[in-house]
This record gives sequence, structure tokens and C-alpha cells, in this order.
Amino acid sequence: MHQVDHARREALKQGSATAIFGLFVAAGLVRPGTAHAAWNQAAFSAKTVDAVVKGLGGASTAPTKDVNWGSTPEIAENGAVVPVSVTSNVPKTESISILVEKNPNALAATFTIPAGTDPTVSTRVKMGETSQVHALIKADGKYLVATREIKVTLGGCGG
Amino acid sequence: MTRLTTGGALVLALFACLPGLAAAQAGDDTVKKIEEYRQALAGGNPAELWEARGEDLWKRKAGPRNASLEACDLGKGPGVVRGAYAELPRYFADTGRVMDLESRLVHCRMTLQGLTAAQARARPYGSGTDRSDNEALVAFITSESRGVKMNVPQSHPKEREAYQLGKKMFFFRGGPHDFSCATCHSESGKRIRLQDLPNLTEAKDAQRAYTTWPAYRVSQGELRTFQWRLFDCFRQQRFPELEFTSEASVALTTFLARNANGAEFNAPAIKR
Amino acid sequence: MADPMRIRAKIEGDKTVVRVLMAHEMETGQRRDSTGKVVPAHFIQEVTATHNGKTVLAAQWGPAISKNPYLQFQFAGAKAGEKIAIAWVDNKGDKRTDEATIAA
Repeated sequence: MHQVDHARREALKQGSATAIFGLFVAAGLVRPGTAHAAWNQAAFSAKTVDAVVKGLGGASTAPTKDVNWGSTPEIAENGAVVPVSVTSNVPKTESISILVEKNPNALAATFTIPAGTDPTVSTRVKMGETSQVHALIKADGKYLVATREIKVTLGGCGG
Repeated sequence: MTRLTTGGALVLALFACLPGLAAAQAGDDTVKKIEEYRQALAGGNPAELWEARGEDLWKRKAGPRNASLEACDLGKGPGVVRGAYAELPRYFADTGRVMDLESRLVHCRMTLQGLTAAQARARPYGSGTDRSDNEALVAFITSESRGVKMNVPQSHPKEREAYQLGKKMFFFRGGPHDFSCATCHSESGKRIRLQDLPNLTEAKDAQRAYTTWPAYRVSQGELRTFQWRLFDCFRQQRFPELEFTSEASVALTTFLARNANGAEFNAPAIKR
Repeated sequence: MADPMRIRAKIEGDKTVVRVLMAHEMETGQRRDSTGKVVPAHFIQEVTATHNGKTVLAAQWGPAISKNPYLQFQFAGAKAGEKIAIAWVDNKGDKRTDEATIAA
């Protein structure tokens, strides 16, 4: 208790809103998931590539060929689990996002790549149907996009 | 269309499944690309999550007797897990029965942990948050036979008896569809839509099929055991439910496990 | 409480390759159960990987990431025996942090 009291006094002394908020989180008064402002609601609600870029804070995109899709298959036997691997060869890559055009919301994931980390990520996404899949690269402040089609075998064929 | 000789049914099935594909693509190319998909998945198998939970369940004290399962004898002596699954089902003198992994686990959970038969048999297959301890334990124990050659014994008369009963079941036709296991699984090159059906009367297919269960089924997001495979085959052929750990279930497992002898066990795997 | 992650981190050349499996339902909020009721969305929203106090990967995920998520990435500057920590937070505020030792 002493530590918490001390921390509260320090926070009040500083008058810092973020410090007080942090204390509330620590005390279990605010649930981080609901209170966390970091998750990009706008980008994840977007329906189109352009709207995702806008949601991420960008303005426009240009096509790029400097993306390697690694082990990403061209046909997925089951849309529930589609392996996607993206390596950006664009200098100064800051982030990699994966978008599935025909999903209800296009953006599946966005990865921030700090200095020292390779601009390469692999994960698995859900696809409702055959769709264009985009790798959206933010590099040196600009947005670049590479696209490939992944076919999904549907219904009884995959189940 | 050059591959028509390999089976018109295959090409037709692919057309039916992939209407968007150009004709030229629909043959071996599709098969190759689906193989690439399967290989891409193999790099990270969520079955590991079940293996980890199973190991915890094996080692953690539980039940009315607050005991772990570590003293359980899976056939190679109390507590020996490594390689045990590759030699199951087998005859156990302490029960006087041939037992598969699941029936032995039920036995150990009752005798060591003090669970009732109903508790030890509860929920053989999980779904979502309704999880199955059995599946997790099976995932852990089978993973400890990875790389071990299948060596299911037939030295005790009851083991031979179980094998013969299992063989009879495999070929037994019945139910509303007049179906047997053999209807789907005794000819090479058969498929249901895109799925290859193993010919379980041939060593190579029988070995590959048995040694790749349990598997994480990506279509279900669940780990499924060989027991589940049999259970669901029975449902698909409209047979009466295959009762978990029953004599019939152990016998059919004995037949199929023994036929995989000599092959390296390679599961938990990942399947579509 | 969610199950532990499975984290494998291994030095390959001058990089550390990290492979992670997470136990999570990743419900989209668009699926109905057998009674016709919508299953509420429940998915991991944020993932952070930390090495020596430095963030080596930060991700935001939507519900289109597959159930029991898999993640692979690689970074430079780590030595065998050091720790890598992965943390996730989902949309209900559930969270989990796990650590692994980097293998040679």
C-alpha cells in the first residue's frame, strides 16, 4: 500500500493526467483493452485499401514490386487459415500491413518495424473468399502497395 | 487437360471446386499449389499449444487423490512416456485387457487420481472454450513418440484377438448406406472432392494415415485425435456411435495401428 | 486466463528468428452459434515483442488473424541465452506475457 500511496502522491504532485491514468490501470479501475487508445479503430473498420491508408494516417499509395511474398501460397485449401509472409525490400520500411480486399474489413494486421528488426513478417489470416491480398508498406513516410491474388477453395472442398 | 488419363473424376472434381480457375491450371498445378499451402502451414503447428497443456495436465496434481499422472504405466513401465504411443494398443496384465492410449488414460485417471469412470471419460473431444483434457493429454503423449518407429505388439493372444476383431469391423458393411470402412479406404487413388482417401489395406497409406494423427485441423481450429477420426468416420458412414474406449474402438485401433508398424510416428501433425 | 504462448527464438546467422503460437479464439463477432446468437468479437488487438527493454516488434491485429495465431519475425543484436518477451492484449482487456530464452 505504501508504494501505491507514494505513487499516487507523486502522480498528483506532477499533475500528470497520463500518470494518474496509468495508476488507475495498475489499480484495476480501468481495463486496458477498453481504455487503450492505441488500437486503430478507423483503419480496422475501413472497407477499402484507400480507407485503410487514410486510417493509418497516409494520403495516397503507389505500387511497388519490392515485396517478396515468401512462402505465401497461391491457393489456400482452407480460408480459415491462410499463411501470409511479407518481406519488404523497400529501404527505410517502417511498417508492414496485410489487407484482404474482400474481407468485411480489409485490414488484417499492421506491424511496426523498429530499426534493427528485419522488414519481414509471417502470420496467418482468415479469408472469406478468393481475393486480392495487399502488402502495404510504409517507408520513409510514404505508402507503397504490392498485390497478389490468393484463391480459396470453398465449401465442401476445403471442409 | 493432358492429365485426363489419371482420372476424369479428379479433373471434374477440381472444376467443381474451383470454378474460377482456368482449365489449364486445374490439373497437377492445383495439386502442387495445395501442397505448397500445406507446407507453409507445417512451419508452425498450433498442436503445440495442446501438447503444452497436456504436459501440464500429466504433471499437475489433480482429482480426489491429488495425484499427478506421472506414475501412469502406458506399457513401458510407470512414468515412461517416450515411445509409449508407438507400442499401443497392447495387452495390460493389471486389467487383463487390450487397451489403447485413451482407455489407459481413463484407467490411470481413475486409479491414480481417484476420478469416477464418468469423470475420466467425460468430454473426449473439445470444442472452442469447451476444452477436452483427453485431447490435450493425447497430444502430449503422442508427441513423445515423434520419430519412433511404430511397433504395436501381437504377442499376447488377446492382442491377436483384438486385431482380428478390428479387421472384421473394417470390412463389415452395414447401416442405412450399406457402408464399411473399406468402401472408402480399400482402393488406391480415391478421393472425396479434393481430399485423397488413404487405401488402408496397403502398408504405405496405412502407415502415413496412422502416423499423422493426432492433427491440428485448420478447418476446425482444433486438435483432433485418431479416436476422433474413427468416431467421425462412423458418423459419416451412419453407423451407431463408436463409443469412446469401448472394446470395438480399441479393436479397430489395434488393427489400424498394427498395420502402420515399421513407419516412423510423425504427429501431432497439421491438416486442412 | 489464457494458456501460455509457445515461443521459439533461435539465432540464425546474425539474426534472431522468433516464432510464436498464441492460444486465442480470435472470434470475429460475425459468426453465429448453433442457437443463432452472434458470438461476440474476441480477438487479440495488440502484440509487442521486447528484447532487453527494447521493442523489437509492435503489431495491431484485427479479427481476421486466424484462430490460435502464428507470428514469425526476425531482428538483429541479440545473443543466445538472452530473453525475448511477447505480450498481447485483446479487445476484452485480457492479456498475457510470456518469455523465452534465445537458443544458439
